Amino acid sequence: MHERIQIFSVIGSVGLLILIFELVRRRRLKEKYSLVWLFTSLALFAVSTIPGLLDSFGHAMGIYYSPTAFFILAFFFLTLIALQFSVVISKLSERNKTLSQEVALLKQRIEELEKKGR
Amino acid sequence: MRLIAIIPAYNEEATVGKVVAEIHSAMPEADVVVISDGSVDATASVAAASGAAVVNLPFNMGIGAAVQAGYRYAEQGGYDIAVQVDGDGQHDPSELAVIIGPVMAGNAEIVVGSRFIGRSDSDGFKSTRMRRIGISLFARVLSVMTGHRLTDPTSGFRACNRKTIRLFAQEYPDDYPEVESLLLAHLAGFRISEEPVKMRARGGGHSSITPIKSVYYMVKVMMVLFIWLVRKKPELEGRDA
Ligand SMILES: Nc1nc2c(ncn2[C@@H]2O[C@H](COP(=O)(O)OP(=O)(O)OP(=O)(O)O)[C@@H](O)[C@H]2O)c(=O)[nH]1
Ligand SMILES: [Mg+2]
Repeated sequence: MHERIQIFSVIGSVGLLILIFELVRRRRLKEKYSLVWLFTSLALFAVSTIPGLLDSFGHAMGIYYSPTAFFILAFFFLTLIALQFSVVISKLSERNKTLSQEVALLKQRIEELEKKGR
Repeated sequence: MRLIAIIPAYNEEATVGKVVAEIHSAMPEADVVVISDGSVDATASVAAASGAAVVNLPFNMGIGAAVQAGYRYAEQGGYDIAVQVDGDGQHDPSELAVIIGPVMAGNAEIVVGSRFIGRSDSDGFKSTRMRRIGISLFARVLSVMTGHRLTDPTSGFRACNRKTIRLFAQEYPDDYPEVESLLLAHLAGFRISEEPVKMRARGGGHSSITPIKSVYYMVKVMMVLFIWLVRKKPELEGRDA
């Protein structure tokens, strides 16, 4: 890889790694959701430090300009993460609906009970 | 002394009724609460028919959320001692006195029933070879981290006192909580000990742990254990903390 972009990608992936670690340590990010980020930053770190890894990945995909291979790889992981978000959001919105229904039904039952108690 | 047995049960209609009945006969003074979160079988009605209080969570959130709901129930009900018993019949309620003993005596804040020490060494259910390797790895790491000799940290057969009930009501891991919860208790300054028990094979139903999940289990729990080394320790909030 070209030297300058290599420096940037190393700094970037190490920075990302530290950021993720800090977020998990401070409990702003759950371990469960940190795993996919960890894999991403580790993979980016690996290709920016291990010589030849990115080139052989690029060649296998038919890309002969290494920085492009780097972006393709990053794009791939980010797509996976975005997809995971969509799945989690879908689950959360479904649960949110169920919870509101449960709360409303409970309120109604309590009101019934209060009426009877009087 | 008010005692509560917390039973997490996810699709355990075949066994949960028997577990509740066994607890009633072993410890008539204990109340029993079954936490079913989104079971799609008759778990909730079987449990209610056997005389347990039933907390029905509206969807499945995993064993951690279920067990924590149990500890919240225990805290709000003002119980002094809580025991945790699996709903699949693997734990023998006639051994409850064994794990409650040290908590009652004030010798430990939390006691785990271990199938790998004492007389339990010879027979009883020990799980598969792969699972035993995983368990002993966790046991070693956790023993070093806590300074207590622990052999069965994934066991869900445990007893704890009021302080621990309050801690777990405030803070409990979401998934695969057994090992991490022991570390939480240790970091909060609580004493952990083990007592020998025998375990049985599942009485029916299906294990929640598949081969793929056990890989995630190992990775997640190991990672979490080490992250706790650099985290702020959990603290009891509120009065008489
Ligand atoms: N409420 C609730 N209970 C659960 C959930 N997952 C597991 N459980 C219960 O927790 C207990 C232990 O789970 P098991 O699947 O038997 O796990 P295990 O005992 O470690 O594994 P096995 O040795 O294979 O049985 C059982 O009583 C389950 O019904 C869950 O998502 N919600
Ligand atoms: Mg089981």
